[in-house]
Amino acid sequence: MNKQRIVVVGNGMVGHKFIDNLIASDQSGQFEVITFSEEPRLAYDRVQLSKYFAGATAEDLALTNEDYYQAHGVNYVLSDKVERLDFINKEVITASGRREAYDKLVLATGSFPFVPPIPGNDQPHCLVYRTIEDLEAITKSAKQSQVGVVVGGGLLGLEAANALKQAGLSTHVVEFAPRLMAVQLDEGGGQLLRRKIEAMGVTVHTQKATTEIVAGEKCRYRMNFADGSHLETDMILFSAGIRPQDELARLCGLELGERGGIKVNNYCQTSEPDVYAIGECALWSGQIFGLVAPGYHMAKVALSHIMGGDEAFTGADMSTKLKLLGVDVASVGDAQGRTPNSKSYIYSNDVEDIYKRIVVSADGKRLLGAVMVGDAEAYGTLQQLCVNAMDLPADPNVLILPAVDGAAQLMGVDSLPDTAQICSCFDVSKGAICCAVQAGAQNMGELKASTLASTGCGGCSALVKQVMDAELTKLGVEVNNDICEHFAYSRQQLADIVRVKKIRSFSALLESHGTGHGCDVCKPAIGSILASFWNDYILEDDHIGLQDTNDIFLGNLQKDGTYSVVPRVAGGEITPEKLIVLGQVAKQFNLYTKITGGQRVDLFGAQLNDLPTIWQQLVDAGFETGHAYGKSVRTVKSCVGSTWCRYGVDDSVGLAIDIEDRYKGLRSPHKLKFAVSGCTRECAEAQSKDVGIIATEKGWNLYVCGNGGMRPRHADLFATDLDSDTLIRYIDRFLMFYVRTADRLQRTSVWLENLEGGLDYLKQVIIEDSLGLGAELEVEMQHVISRYQCEWKTTLSDPAKLKRFSHFINSDARDDNLVYVQERAQVRPAREQERISTVEVVEPALV
Amino acid sequence: MSVSWHVVCRSEAVIPGTGVCALVEGKQVAIFRTFKDRQLFALDNFDPIGRANVLSRGIQGSIGETLVVASPLYKQHFALATGLCLEEDVRIPVYEVREQHGLIEVAA
Repeated sequence: MNKQRIVVVGNGMVGHKFIDNLIASDQSGQFEVITFSEEPRLAYDRVQLSKYFAGATAEDLALTNEDYYQAHGVNYVLSDKVERLDFINKEVITASGRREAYDKLVLATGSFPFVPPIPGNDQPHCLVYRTIEDLEAITKSAKQSQVGVVVGGGLLGLEAANALKQAGLSTHVVEFAPRLMAVQLDEGGGQLLRRKIEAMGVTVHTQKATTEIVAGEKCRYRMNFADGSHLETDMILFSAGIRPQDELARLCGLELGERGGIKVNNYCQTSEPDVYAIGECALWSGQIFGLVAPGYHMAKVALSHIMGGDEAFTGADMSTKLKLLGVDVASVGDAQGRTPNSKSYIYSNDVEDIYKRIVVSADGKRLLGAVMVGDAEAYGTLQQLCVNAMDLPADPNVLILPAVDGAAQLMGVDSLPDTAQICSCFDVSKGAICCAVQAGAQNMGELKASTLASTGCGGCSALVKQVMDAELTKLGVEVNNDICEHFAYSRQQLADIVRVKKIRSFSALLESHGTGHGCDVCKPAIGSILASFWNDYILEDDHIGLQDTNDIFLGNLQKDGTYSVVPRVAGGEITPEKLIVLGQVAKQFNLYTKITGGQRVDLFGAQLNDLPTIWQQLVDAGFETGHAYGKSVRTVKSCVGSTWCRYGVDDSVGLAIDIEDRYKGLRSPHKLKFAVSGCTRECAEAQSKDVGIIATEKGWNLYVCGNGGMRPRHADLFATDLDSDTLIRYIDRFLMFYVRTADRLQRTSVWLENLEGGLDYLKQVIIEDSLGLGAELEVEMQHVISRYQCEWKTTLSDPAKLKRFSHFINSDARDDNLVYVQERAQVRPAREQERISTVEVVEPALV
Repeated sequence: MSVSWHVVCRSEAVIPGTGVCALVEGKQVAIFRTFKDRQLFALDNFDPIGRANVLSRGIQGSIGETLVVASPLYKQHFALATGLCLEEDVRIPVYEVREQHGLIEVAA
């Protein structure tokens, strides 16, 4: 049977979604796909476009790549625009003259930014905000500008304003309507948003119609307004809405709406039955949908129809929740109360700058819409109430009033129907989440991996977690976080007990809260907790039995029973003299030498007997232990920074050394890695670290909870343009909060994914100090820092402790099981067959 | 079979909750003292799974009622009293150990 040929014109988010759905479908074998993009790259995440200014690269934003398409047999053509459609011969023809036949054609041409027809709008520094190329042009222009204006106070406009502000420009927003975000907000919400944004230094001008853009006196341009006023600026960004990209359809005679847009029916078919239109170019029932979720739904509907299904598109929920210039803003359904006879409840708090409004039906039984500014926590509940037309509580006030003791709780997730859409980015229903939980997903990480829920904008994460927990409880799964059979507590609970009851030894804790003898799971975990809070010398008789061999012998155990030696090289900065000492030591003890990923030197194959001598030489040369063996702060990687680099904007090495010296020795639930980059080129790869810092023109950007390793995770931007003191304060709090609350062996990345409330919650705790813990966390960190000691130095000065560093308690003999062979001019342990073969055997060097 | 006792170290050299390795008649013997009741145990030091002489450096504990040591290499548990591995079908030799006049002795 011949395969059906599908041509997809446009490889934006929606076009890609269509292809991705097709790949995932069990009927994918019956189709052949080719997609065209006029842009030079495959689909990327336009929703996250502003992250480009925060240092994200085109690859970071990519939704797919050429390897993926090739692996799944998807043909693609980049930088070649489809210019003609031939419905009779069923062909598409591109600018370069290429012809491709189709059985089904899918138009996903998207939209273009609307630039108001103002004389002078075509000058060099008049730009738009839509593609990565646009952002590159904005960045370039911003470097040559002091003042920037965004025309349009909608959602995208405010995002663009944020970008200009971040770039250090004096920023203005010019809006034609009487308020900001006129589509999503009502009068009260718009006013508060304006106040908050102006407080951040962005000037807002409403009810301004620009009549012309002429040469300025103080700045590059001058914008003249209809009311006679004017504004001078060096650059102008137009973000005055989008228009459907329907030029191709228009040329070829497809039926369009009066104001543009390719008309489609409930199956996303255009006036030509074999031609579909999806996303922002499609006009359904007189509406264009400028959000990605409805576009994704259309992609699903069109594919279903092509495959003979009958799924229909019947409109979309345009509710949104987002953070604009740091302000929480949400809009649900009929936010302005336009439904006849609807009634509103309004809560307005000028002290904390919060505005909330709900619009209910005339009979008071249904929620029609809502607006929230300054506090959007109730968004999940309100959006579900509205979309699912659920019964309102008897007193709808409770939905927006601040929680006070005795007040009714928000409605639980149990009341949601299975069809309720929890994650709108990936269209994941409550039922789908429950199924995934039943199939074995028992934590947020697993749930995200199997359903994709909460992996888009992340706005639904709290709700997803609630649904998961409720389902787990229903299944009778007691969410068991007990650390092991000896303690019926999670690591976090044990940490609280140790801290609050001031318990200082394992035996005391076992006595009061545990059973049995402990084990290799609870002992190191509790050893780590004790060390995190009290930072006593870990080889005290009381603690030594708790430690992994790595901690006891202050080295990393290797497969043959020898250890590796890794001295600290803070920030990766090392003098030639110290490098020579490392070389001499390695040579003397015949150690295999390798450079680590954390910018230091690893010496392998050290025998217990030799460790003290090796370290004595290293300590004498000024080295300290590198804690490479511990669940503790490892390295602060850095690029060379502004001291040498032509592009560096700040001294990344200096900061890296300060930070490494501050936190060295901190014991934590898992290892911690840091990095500092001296500019946005990010040569230190800070965004793959637990704590990443990137220099900006105005200070430091802080990223948290990144990870390389087994499950890579990009760090989240946590705070921007910090001075050094604030930066250190946030890191102090962040690390201590992690140490206090994470599970055993839980990296910061997984910890954050499981943290209820996610990144926003973490920011509240650390930046806004919502739990009032800030000072306490800082004091605890100060305590740990003040008790720092180089464990090797301490050990070397105690003859009793040194006795331990011998393979035998009763002999100076060495382990006779160690056999080495040469490889690339260094030693390595012999493999099993080499031990018995005739390969030249090298005895480890004796001192 | 005649057993001879060998003094290997002073009592205080084996801190409760830890182990040491002794060389006895050419054999590597791991000696452990439990931290709760200060009992002594002696096993072969060779980890047959990781194939290295490391068991004396493992963490002690209990799994159910069984006192064990966990291999520091791949964390399998060996019963202190019998040498039986709890996860794999292997058993390591055990030795007699006793304490006399402040000294620890092993029979091998």
